[in-house]
Amino acid sequence: MTGSAVCQTSRPIPDAGCAIEARSLHVYYGIFRALKDVDLQIERQKITAIIGPSGCGKSTMLRSFNRMNELVPSCRTEGKVMFRNRNIYDSGVDPVEVRRRIGMVFQRPNPFPKSIYENIAWGARINGYRGHLDELVEESLRLAALWEDVRDKLQQSALALSGGQQQRLCIARAIAIRPEIILMDEPASALDPIATLKIEELMRELAERYTFVVVTHNMQQAARVSHQTAFFMMDADRAGYLVEQGPTRDLFTNPRDRRTEDYITGRFG
Amino acid sequence: MHNSRWSEFAVESLIRVLGFSTVGLVALIFVFLLREGLPVLSEVALPNFLGRAWYPTFGSFGILPLVLGSVLVTVTAIAIALPLGLATAVFVREVAPGWAREILKPMIEVLAGIPSVVLGFFGMTMVAPWVRQTLGTATGLTAITGSLILTYMALPTLISVAEDALDAVPKSYRDAGLAMGATQWQTIWRVIVPAARSGIVTAAMLAMGRAIGETMAVMMVTGNAARMPTEWDALLRPVRTMTATVAAEMGEVAKGSTHYHALFAIGIVLFVITFAINMTAARAIFAKRRRGGLR
Repeated sequence: MTGSAVCQTSRPIPDAGCAIEARSLHVYYGIFRALKDVDLQIERQKITAIIGPSGCGKSTMLRSFNRMNELVPSCRTEGKVMFRNRNIYDSGVDPVEVRRRIGMVFQRPNPFPKSIYENIAWGARINGYRGHLDELVEESLRLAALWEDVRDKLQQSALALSGGQQQRLCIARAIAIRPEIILMDEPASALDPIATLKIEELMRELAERYTFVVVTHNMQQAARVSHQTAFFMMDADRAGYLVEQGPTRDLFTNPRDRRTEDYITGRFG
Repeated sequence: MHNSRWSEFAVESLIRVLGFSTVGLVALIFVFLLREGLPVLSEVALPNFLGRAWYPTFGSFGILPLVLGSVLVTVTAIAIALPLGLATAVFVREVAPGWAREILKPMIEVLAGIPSVVLGFFGMTMVAPWVRQTLGTATGLTAITGSLILTYMALPTLISVAEDALDAVPKSYRDAGLAMGATQWQTIWRVIVPAARSGIVTAAMLAMGRAIGETMAVMMVTGNAARMPTEWDALLRPVRTMTATVAAEMGEVAKGSTHYHALFAIGIVLFVITFAINMTAARAIFAKRRRGGLR
């Protein structure tokens, strides 16, 4: 298969490139199949939401984009994930290199037990950043809309921040290593509604520069924040699969698949 | 009904008595130590007691060489054991595959169960000759020989406690480090180990408390010369620790003599040092709990 970077969506959007793409992806944990034959295209500089009922493999899908699944010893991946014309699961690809280009924000804010400054500078340092660290820290915090909150306490422990601030710090930390894609695993599920809105606002602003993939169990959030939505479900064997994918507005107002309609209208899930 | 209330009362009382008597016994030991040791202060002038010469036969009761001997042997042992133990703990916790961990952990615990006199044999017959030949010392029974044996004894404690500390580091820190494009080594060294720092310090403290109180193995391999270990090559010369002094001389001392009281006074000093070390370790643990997690 050639490494075409052009998305093969059924509803193509003019001038939209594909940032990362799963092709015939299967993921297993031991003998359990968590994901079955997924073909999913993520558009560049857009926010793609992954929605679906609990246990349908949303997080597994997300974590297969930066090879975090393989930290689970029993995990096995088949198929391809194309990124920059390369399958990131090829034997010659270093997962560390993949993760430097594809950042991740987790469900619960997990800043390092270090100062706010160090949290941002850490990733840059280990990646051999040669520029001015102070500037990088300020720029990243500004992009994450956190600079005004913390400019006077950069040397304080990041753990003293509120949950929402911590999550924005985690976003700033991910931005600081200049990834191309940022993966978010229910980034607001541990936050209150106001902090959640702030994170969503931030994502929309940052989408001008970065590609986002966000897993959410909250359909309103998906509808509010994303440009594209992918709906996952699980089959009788509890293996997750992609039902349909498309522009968020279309998917929510005019779903092609009956199961999508049932889910978004709240008939199950 | 009445009967069960009575038995309840009896059990409660029994438990209470047992609990208090444990506390009482510990207190009694300390009182005993003070009663037998403190008289030395009236029998020996303080400058003599804190002096540089320990010749009880000639009325010199300077404990400084013994204290320094203990400190030298112990600190050297921990200086060797800490990097080794930390590296082992990191390997067992972070690097080794599951099956290897299952084998290694019990083996480390078995290591802790080796009687110290057996380690003394090992030190005398294997380590001492090795030290003499390799380091070219006059005798193999030197401070460094004792330190090496103490390293061996301190390692199981150090590894187990350090490993627990690493285990207590939230998995989310690991994920965060790796997701930011850190290698496994960078994540371990720059995220996990710093996060477990207070636990690792505790491990070193507990190991030190164990090492400084160790008697038999140390007495067998350090040469037991009560001299000031202040030369630059003191590690390569014989030395005598506080514990070895008490153990070696207690048998031949007249009860109630000044020498007898001086040995108990050494016991008090040792007790105070060990207590201080353990308190430091305990404080690190409590401080950690108060913060509600590892810093």
